[in-house]
Amino acid sequence: MTAHANELAVDVRGLRKQYGDITAVDGIDLGIRQGEVFGLLGPNGAGKSTTVEILQGNRSRDAGEVSVLGTDPVNATRAWRSRVGIVWQDESAPPELTVGETVRHFARYYPRPRDPEEVIGLVGLEQKTGSRIKALSGGQRRRLDVALGVIGGPDLLLLDEPTTGFDPAARRQFWELIRRLADEGTTILLTTHYLEEAEALADRLAVIARGLVVAEGEPAELRDRFGTEAVVGWTDSDGSPRTERTGTPTRTVAELMHRFDGEIPGLRVARPTLEDVYLRLTGQEGTR
Amino acid sequence: MTTTTERVRTREGGPRRLPAAWRLGFHRGALEIKQFFRLRDQVVFTFAFPIVFLFLFASIFSDDVTGAGVTASQLYVPAMMAAGIMTTSFQSLGISIAIERDEKVLRRLRGTPMPPAAYFIGKIWLVLVTGFLETVILLLVGITFYDVELPSDAMRWLDFGWIFLLGLTACALLGIAISSVPKTGKSATSVVVLPFLVLQFISGVYISIGTIPDWMLDISAVFPLKWMCQGLRGVFLPESAQVLEQAGSWEFGRIALVLGAWCVGGLLLCLLTFRWKTRRDG
Repeated sequence: MTAHANELAVDVRGLRKQYGDITAVDGIDLGIRQGEVFGLLGPNGAGKSTTVEILQGNRSRDAGEVSVLGTDPVNATRAWRSRVGIVWQDESAPPELTVGETVRHFARYYPRPRDPEEVIGLVGLEQKTGSRIKALSGGQRRRLDVALGVIGGPDLLLLDEPTTGFDPAARRQFWELIRRLADEGTTILLTTHYLEEAEALADRLAVIARGLVVAEGEPAELRDRFGTEAVVGWTDSDGSPRTERTGTPTRTVAELMHRFDGEIPGLRVARPTLEDVYLRLTGQEGTR
Repeated sequence: MTTTTERVRTREGGPRRLPAAWRLGFHRGALEIKQFFRLRDQVVFTFAFPIVFLFLFASIFSDDVTGAGVTASQLYVPAMMAAGIMTTSFQSLGISIAIERDEKVLRRLRGTPMPPAAYFIGKIWLVLVTGFLETVILLLVGITFYDVELPSDAMRWLDFGWIFLLGLTACALLGIAISSVPKTGKSATSVVVLPFLVLQFISGVYISIGTIPDWMLDISAVFPLKWMCQGLRGVFLPESAQVLEQAGSWEFGRIALVLGAWCVGGLLLCLLTFRWKTRRDG
């Protein structure tokens, strides 16, 4: 049962899933190493949730090989489920119970749970231990969801769009929490459509669009590989702003220097951000 | 592997045994009961319904029933007790599980190592407690206002015990089964209440057995409610009232057979049809 250190925590090959005529996942390969934070990035409807649900053992697949902690999720046993923590996209904690009652109860399901009070503190809900769940704010409920996801002390944590609908401050707090869990050695798979989130948290990420992995690697690596073109901007002599996309920005600047005979008005040279790369990869360029 | 290494591994923090289903079921039961009583409108709705109907029917129809040695009011008490057992089991489980499925509570539980049996055991604890309370309240109302007498024969109490347990179990299993029928939590109430209401009419809860057409009684005889009503009449009414029954007797043996069959059949139905996710979720 125990996975070896050099074995992949998640190993997916040729994963396919179709809903009627719609192909949600069209042959995805993923390899997530033990102890890493892996970001699955893509726009809505790209196939992120379907992929994660298949990894959770909550959805069947049409084709492909899937191994999560050395087991095919289709054959999930109680022992396997106790090693995989899930943070769901939608809330479903019992509204009438208190935070403390719920976390302590879920701890009973696991053979080696973490200390409930410690987990409540970890997600920053110690002030709310005695509050009914229905009285919590959206962000607090998401943190409770994380508490329920990690209460069993999982080796792998699957988070499906955990910060959707968060305000910026709540998102930062949440990131801190994920980093703390990662520091403890938990392997984390996180789906998101927020690029800054993937960049802030993930050791590696895969960009998926239309059910396919269109790029995979470390965030900086992706930027270097796909973001070779820079944007040169300046103000023309008639006062209108101009931009030019080019693989050789230095030459463009030299030409402009020559044309303006010295100082170029409003000059700026921008390397593409990861966001530009992402939008281009997912075919959403020009939508914002 | 020897026992010694086994022990060492445990001490070092190796795999520990998964908690047993019956124990988790007990804890789930405590949690279910806590949640139930914290939802005040649900408590009022579940408990008040049969009590209000008992008051209405037993007060409106209170004449002596010719040749049976009982009043119409007295007839309503065991009938409403049977309906009360079915309300707390069939109706409340049918609706609440459909809502839990729709709100993805079930899917969340399925993502933990909780054994499925623990969920059902928890529901059974909930239904035992609420069903028992409902029955006691209706019986107290019957004794206080409608001249129902507690049986002095210990055998009758034994009959009451098995009718309560078998009836409650059969109805709870049917409730779990019907919870898979509604497509959403919102439609659950209508899907569950309509067949229950029809069944109450044709099983002789609201209308006396004598006025219901035989073909309707034949249909209700397939389901547990008619037999629960009949059995509870047998427990709480004098022997003279037997003449009102379709068969002219209480038929305890047959009641045990039908309710027992429903327990087995209901369990099979649940095992075959229970879904942790809504149809939309695949």
